[in-house]
Amino acid sequence: MTTALDSKKDRPRVFDRAAFFQRYGVGLALLLLIVFNLIVTPNFATSQTLAVNLTQVCTIVIVGVGMTLVIATGGIDLSVGSLMAIAGALSPMFFTGQLIPIPNLYVGIALGIVIPILVAGIFGLFNGWLITKFSIQPIIATLVLFIAGRGIAQVSTNGDLQVFKVPEFQAIAIGRVLGVPFQVWIMLAIVIVAAFVLHKTVFGRQVLAVGGNEAAARLSGIPVSRIKFLVYLICGMCSGVAGLIVIAMNSAADANLIGLGMELDAIAAVVVGGTLLSGGRATIVGTLLGALVIQLVRYTLLANGVPDPAALVVKAGLIVLAVWLQRQEQA
Amino acid sequence: MQGFRISPSMAVVAVLIILTLLGAWRYDGFLGTYNVQTVLRYNSMFALVALGMCFVIMTGGIDLSVGSVAAFSSVVAAHLSPYGLFPGLAGGLCAGLLAGTLNGLLITRLKIMPFIATLATMLAASGTALLLANNQSVSVSYETYFTNLGQGDLLSFMRPEWVDAEDAGILGGILGFILSFPTPAFIALAAYIAGGIVINHTAFGRHVLAVGGGTEASRLMGLPVDRTIFLVYVISGGMAGMAGVILASQFGAGQPIEGIGWELFAIASVVVGGTLLTGGNGSVGGTLAGALLLGIIFTILNFENGMGWISLSAYWQSVVRGVFLFVVVVLQAKLSRAAKAA
Amino acid sequence: MQAISKSFGGVPALIGASLEVMPAEIMALVGQNGAGKSTMIKIINGAYVRDSGSISFNGAPWTAGSPQQAQRAGISTIFQEINLIGYRSVAENIFLGREPKRGFGLLDWAKMNAESAALLARFDVKVDVREPLERFSTAIQQMVAIARAVSFDARLVIMDEPTSSLDEAEVAVLLRTIRQLKADGVAVIFVSHKLDELYQVCDCVTIMRDGKTVAVAPMKDITKLQLVASMLGRDLAEVKKKGATAFEGGDSNIGSEVLNARNIAIGHRVHDASLDIRRGEIIGLAGLLGSGRTETARAIFAADKKSSGSVTFLGEPAEFRSPADAIAAGLGYCSEDRKSQGIVPDMTVAENLTLALMPALKRSGMLDEAKQREVVERFIKEIDIKCAGPNQKIRELSGGNQQKVLLARWLCMNPKLLILDEPTRGIDVGAKAEIQGLIKRLAGEGLGVLMISSELEEIVEGANRVFVLREGRTVAELAHENITESDVMRAMAHGHDSA
Repeated sequence: MTTALDSKKDRPRVFDRAAFFQRYGVGLALLLLIVFNLIVTPNFATSQTLAVNLTQVCTIVIVGVGMTLVIATGGIDLSVGSLMAIAGALSPMFFTGQLIPIPNLYVGIALGIVIPILVAGIFGLFNGWLITKFSIQPIIATLVLFIAGRGIAQVSTNGDLQVFKVPEFQAIAIGRVLGVPFQVWIMLAIVIVAAFVLHKTVFGRQVLAVGGNEAAARLSGIPVSRIKFLVYLICGMCSGVAGLIVIAMNSAADANLIGLGMELDAIAAVVVGGTLLSGGRATIVGTLLGALVIQLVRYTLLANGVPDPAALVVKAGLIVLAVWLQRQEQA
Repeated sequence: MQGFRISPSMAVVAVLIILTLLGAWRYDGFLGTYNVQTVLRYNSMFALVALGMCFVIMTGGIDLSVGSVAAFSSVVAAHLSPYGLFPGLAGGLCAGLLAGTLNGLLITRLKIMPFIATLATMLAASGTALLLANNQSVSVSYETYFTNLGQGDLLSFMRPEWVDAEDAGILGGILGFILSFPTPAFIALAAYIAGGIVINHTAFGRHVLAVGGGTEASRLMGLPVDRTIFLVYVISGGMAGMAGVILASQFGAGQPIEGIGWELFAIASVVVGGTLLTGGNGSVGGTLAGALLLGIIFTILNFENGMGWISLSAYWQSVVRGVFLFVVVVLQAKLSRAAKAA
Repeated sequence: MQAISKSFGGVPALIGASLEVMPAEIMALVGQNGAGKSTMIKIINGAYVRDSGSISFNGAPWTAGSPQQAQRAGISTIFQEINLIGYRSVAENIFLGREPKRGFGLLDWAKMNAESAALLARFDVKVDVREPLERFSTAIQQMVAIARAVSFDARLVIMDEPTSSLDEAEVAVLLRTIRQLKADGVAVIFVSHKLDELYQVCDCVTIMRDGKTVAVAPMKDITKLQLVASMLGRDLAEVKKKGATAFEGGDSNIGSEVLNARNIAIGHRVHDASLDIRRGEIIGLAGLLGSGRTETARAIFAADKKSSGSVTFLGEPAEFRSPADAIAAGLGYCSEDRKSQGIVPDMTVAENLTLALMPALKRSGMLDEAKQREVVERFIKEIDIKCAGPNQKIRELSGGNQQKVLLARWLCMNPKLLILDEPTRGIDVGAKAEIQGLIKRLAGEGLGVLMISSELEEIVEGANRVFVLREGRTVAELAHENITESDVMRAMAHGHDSA
């Protein structure tokens, strides 16, 4: 009897509907949305539409990549929006020469890009420190910087709007390469690198192992604390990049607004993308698709005369549906 | 047998009292009617939201939707305000209860984790609020008594003249002080007294704490776990609804985009007030102290700047709040670890 | 209860088992892991529904729909992990769910506290009932659980290993409480692996094995040795039968010492455990449940901290601070709990197999996939892991094949010492023999193996030497021809050191 059971279990299941939706559901939804729009929405198949939709999701996807890694270990990071604000507030101080006069504009821009990202990364490490050293739940540990982080950004700029006009810097967001905004290229690069890291490197494997079964990972000699430190560091740096793109787009840094509510957008994209919230299974490309689906649903509704707020309600439904599907599959 | 213990909530009450006394000693008008009224009027909304959050967190859950639910109910209340005080109040309250019910159903029926379920409700409430308000704030009616709810001072009509006399003495001073409380403060106070009684003196309250202390054990003991969890989200929704009504009444308009970040402020108040984020242990009074503590920091910064010695922008309040939260969570983590080791 | 049967997904857990308890009787319920004790308990208290058989309670037919219903009817269960709420007060824990009220729905704290204190006083427990439960010792918490049961007018109290985390003084208090229950006419079912306790307090014993009730006897008529033999399914007179396991076959070459652990102590559970292992040797670590076998193994692997004691590895003092250290030195550890501490269920066979090997697969940060494939395919073939391919999810495999993957996880590291905690538990007969054969072969190739097993025949036939643990102490070391089932059982039961 047991052998019969074994042979049945050892054979891969022919078709598993839940697993199918889990894996291809987002892509399918995206495809359906595109087809729907091609038929219904006027002027959908234009490069203009594409650029609008892509720039809308850029920062969400970039932060979402970091969030995916964090969630893959079974954690969460609420501080991303505040870290964006810190990076965004810090950056102009370098290339406008406000902090210390820097003779060469390009040196200033380089510092204005590198240092804010590093600072955001260091704040990410602070999250990791609270979580590993004190075993504080990620949701509350990152709440500390969610609250204090924006304050730090506001204090450092005194809450003022920093307006600037430095096209050389703003190129990171609005410059175009091959007709596509540069920020889209940044997003794609980050997605590709992160997907590669998650699936092809030892570190990626260890991230998934920590989220999949922390006890087993520890017993297999995986440095669990170090892995957690690293994912929060990466998530912080991704937030930093996103913060820079936001200020470059607006040609102004407003510490009160940069990245406001970003944590929820990023988590929504990750969840809709099919990453398991409890950790252990993650997909970077899924997060990209998830963000696109959410954006495209919004666009579709807007383009067809449905008011913007209604899109929020639909987004809520999407999130519940995605998580509910996850539950069905696990049960 | 057991020595005197300093509970976390007692510590936060102590810090609050010290800060208040410090403020009173250092700044003119800190305890003056105007300042007290302003602080209480504004922070009552946060205190109400934090009370609901406190119930939720005691069960080990979390409610991210409170901010947008408050915004949603402020819009509903504003729309109903022309029909009078009570329709506005009841409408706003019902909007909150409805959202809470949705949370409760998602969590207990669909078994969706609280974090995500309330995140979804947050988006839905915010979207509905904007739809109802047509993307702008909705003026309330000044024809009815609706605005008294947020702008009035409940007991001012019974203020005897002698308390304002020069020789009123300490008793008169205190009485005058209390009588000058704004209406929202009395609403919040009443809610906290009721909340304290519910937690400490009813079976439901004890079940809330038991469920947070051990969901499986509670189930085995035969407690109505799902019903308890459902109810705390309804309560939290109701509190957010009440806060929304006050919001509309106080600012004369339903504000569909208010409430961003309220949820995290409420969580911080609860945690600073000594309630364990993992659930099972906590204090309603501590939560009130936590909310007031986080609120008063803003006032103290203002006054300190007014002294002219230093010039700290109001933005420091977030930093200081974050630091408070940091200290409290680290202490909690250390304490619970020490308890485990023992 | 009579002829109870219960199956889980086609696997029978109880096959016509029976149990009878009289009022005011203390019945010991003993058996190995998987003998069906917990299933039996859960059927009585309503957590499970029986497939067939009948239960009568107080003379009438009885079926519990839920633990709550059983509790109201007078059957209370006290679990090993105390199912109370630590943050709440002692009094609340006794009255949760049916708190005394004063009208307006308000609680009557005074009555609740007074009644709780009175209840506990009956068991000679004097504590401030307003204090949170977590401030008290485990023994007091057990007592509170019992008081809660009694306050429900329990006629039958089931205790599932209540003493496993108590120290001696606490056990004495608990046993006194149990006698008090008996004096009040309450029947008790007492599950424990500590034989001394059973003899101190129980009237009768019901012994279960493989889902059946194999013996019922008054405590005074059965010796410890008989009891252990009956639990393990061994006839004392029976000659050791050969060939029941796949361990048979030529002796291996035993080399120099790999590991030596001296006087290991860990908290309450382990007091003084010592053992040593040489190259090419299979060391059996035997003992009843709760004797500290797993704890000792985990401490050697640095998965848990030991309170005292020393370990030398390959002749050098070893101070491993984490499993990673131990692995780097050449140790491997297969946990007894495959599901929660072994497999990463969402990962593939290949990913699970190379989990510990990853540092070696790193080539400038990237995973050397060619090498990974080579390793995985080699092991799938070499130890015959039946799977659709390296990329099948491990949770889709059978228990035996999961276990092989976990063994391969360590084998690909070329370890010097492998610690196997219940390597064949929950695995079907065929795979079991394969794994036993594999262990033998590996030892033949010079690997040191420390094997924990509750199956006596596995220990007796497989091991070159056996260390027997009893209540956290190494009580016997048996070597070669001296390893017989009766010797091992005697040591497990009485703790005589035959050395």
